[in-house]
Amino acid sequence: MPPLLKLILRRLGLGVLTLFLVSLVVFGATQALPGDPAKAILGKQSADKAMYQALRRQLNLDRPVYVQYESWLKGVVTGHMGTSLASGTTVTSLIGQKVANSFALVLLAALISIPISLLIGSLSALWRDSVFDLTASVGSLALAALPEFVIAMLLILLFATAVTHVLPAVSRIPPGSTPWAQWDMLILPVLTLVLAVAPYISRILRASMIEVLESDYVQMARLKGMPERTVLQRHALPNAIIPAIQVSALQLAWLAGGVVVVEYVFNYPGIGSAFIDAVNNRDLPVVQAIALLIAAVYVCANLLADILTILVSPRLRTGLR
Amino acid sequence: MSATPQITQELIPSADELLPEPQAGGGRRRREWTDLLLGSWRFGRTKVGVIIVAAIVVLAIIGPWIAPHSPYVFVGPPYSAPSAHALLGTDYIGHDVLSRVLCGGRTVIGLSVVATALAMVLGVALGLIAGYSRPAVDDVIMRLLDVLLAFPSIVFVLLLVALLGHSLVLIVVAVAVTHAPRIARVARGATLEIVGRDFVHASEALGVPRRKILLGEILPNITSPLLVEFGLRLTYSIGLIAALSFLGFGLQPPSADWGLMIQENRVAIVVQPWAVAVPVILIALLTIGTNLATDGVSRALIGIDRDTGAK
Repeated sequence: MPPLLKLILRRLGLGVLTLFLVSLVVFGATQALPGDPAKAILGKQSADKAMYQALRRQLNLDRPVYVQYESWLKGVVTGHMGTSLASGTTVTSLIGQKVANSFALVLLAALISIPISLLIGSLSALWRDSVFDLTASVGSLALAALPEFVIAMLLILLFATAVTHVLPAVSRIPPGSTPWAQWDMLILPVLTLVLAVAPYISRILRASMIEVLESDYVQMARLKGMPERTVLQRHALPNAIIPAIQVSALQLAWLAGGVVVVEYVFNYPGIGSAFIDAVNNRDLPVVQAIALLIAAVYVCANLLADILTILVSPRLRTGLR
Repeated sequence: MSATPQITQELIPSADELLPEPQAGGGRRRREWTDLLLGSWRFGRTKVGVIIVAAIVVLAIIGPWIAPHSPYVFVGPPYSAPSAHALLGTDYIGHDVLSRVLCGGRTVIGLSVVATALAMVLGVALGLIAGYSRPAVDDVIMRLLDVLLAFPSIVFVLLLVALLGHSLVLIVVAVAVTHAPRIARVARGATLEIVGRDFVHASEALGVPRRKILLGEILPNITSPLLVEFGLRLTYSIGLIAALSFLGFGLQPPSADWGLMIQENRVAIVVQPWAVAVPVILIALLTIGTNLATDGVSRALIGIDRDTGAK
């Protein structure tokens, strides 16, 4: 087997192992912890014996833990994640459209933030210690510190309520219609996510670009009289971008969790606001499904980033031969 | 590169980059700390950050004494505009907004500091043990921590809240647990740099117990990168705890709390923006302040390394 393939397969194997352990955590945190979930859900009503027994059966709590886990995992793999306790419909039908809505949000945020932050990062590195660099540095530090809901509320204050009133403050998208049809409702949630992830990508690109610009091969290219444009395009950027790929993928993964609070603020009908509702209602099957989905997105994005890094790093590719 | 290249999501220089020359004597160690703090004070951002944080912390501490009204009494009709009686107007049930702002900072600051301290203890312990154990033990610890890292902090905390219900203790512990793996990585990286040094080998040869080597020789030499990590985690803890209150899982009404105030009053943001804007801006300033100060310290740390020629 070629060593490169072996490395990638090993990484895939580790990814699958992590996914398995993640599923154990989700299952364990919601079902196998000391204490009785059925009692916790019913609260004061748990005095009602018949109701309590029925809920225990519905949650499979009357069977041994490993049997519970096995049937739950089977359901996850085949897309039958159980029935929502709050609404009575299946979890899959409850979150299906919401997954698509959240995906639209994440996709737009990624498509906008990645090119912009790569540009800001490279310009900061090229004009190191300039006013632009300093502004970008302090600005990104400030943005990286702000919690997402604070960014969202500031945007609402600025653009949707107190200061100006040009954009909708809530993104009520009626069920059945897609977010693309009401693009103005997407602006503020997407902008919040862009502002939350862009600082990380631009800072990492700035750092790696500075390192590359100080490297011997860039010096060499300049010394042999290569035009600066070509030096940047052919030598600097392709090498500087490698660490940025990983951070971008990690930020994509972060977006899957970041949507939780942002969707709630804007009342956007995605998995994030569904997750908050489910936590409020102690709707365990929905909580499990969404937590697992978000963690799985994180693990897969991480995996993808590692494999991409292996494929694009000349050192890793050739060092194995 | 290892088989599992990973980058922490945060923008921190790698641990070995941040590690000063190890030293055994207590006096020199103290000087290193003085150098670090003096060095970070040179950066404008450190000054700005420290001043912002100090101002907000002082405001939160003395706030309840200087508040014109009790945060729990009704001083006017709901959502009244600012007046001489209530300088920032009233909130959703007629409390004085200014008084609630002055009383609402202690909780978010206090809970965040406790959660971060707990996270540091957990994370540093795990990182030290992983870094000073056989590779197999190290691998198992770090793999298991990676599993926790797959959950965004807010998702992990809410997962626990869904089962165990609202409780401030649970939230503090859950926030600490989500930060611990990230701290453990930094502590482990710094430990690995130190364990190969001569003074550690010397202690091992003398038969000093491993626990004493960890606490007496290794821990004192990795405190500087841990200080940076503490600042970073504090910034995220403040954001997370404020967000949890905002989502309704933290402090409960009628408590005065900045995160909760934003939630309570946001439906009337057009009529009475002050009840939302002031807590939003205070949380924003607090997190920006801690992050600016932390960045100053981490820059100074890299600078000290350059001066001593360590890296």
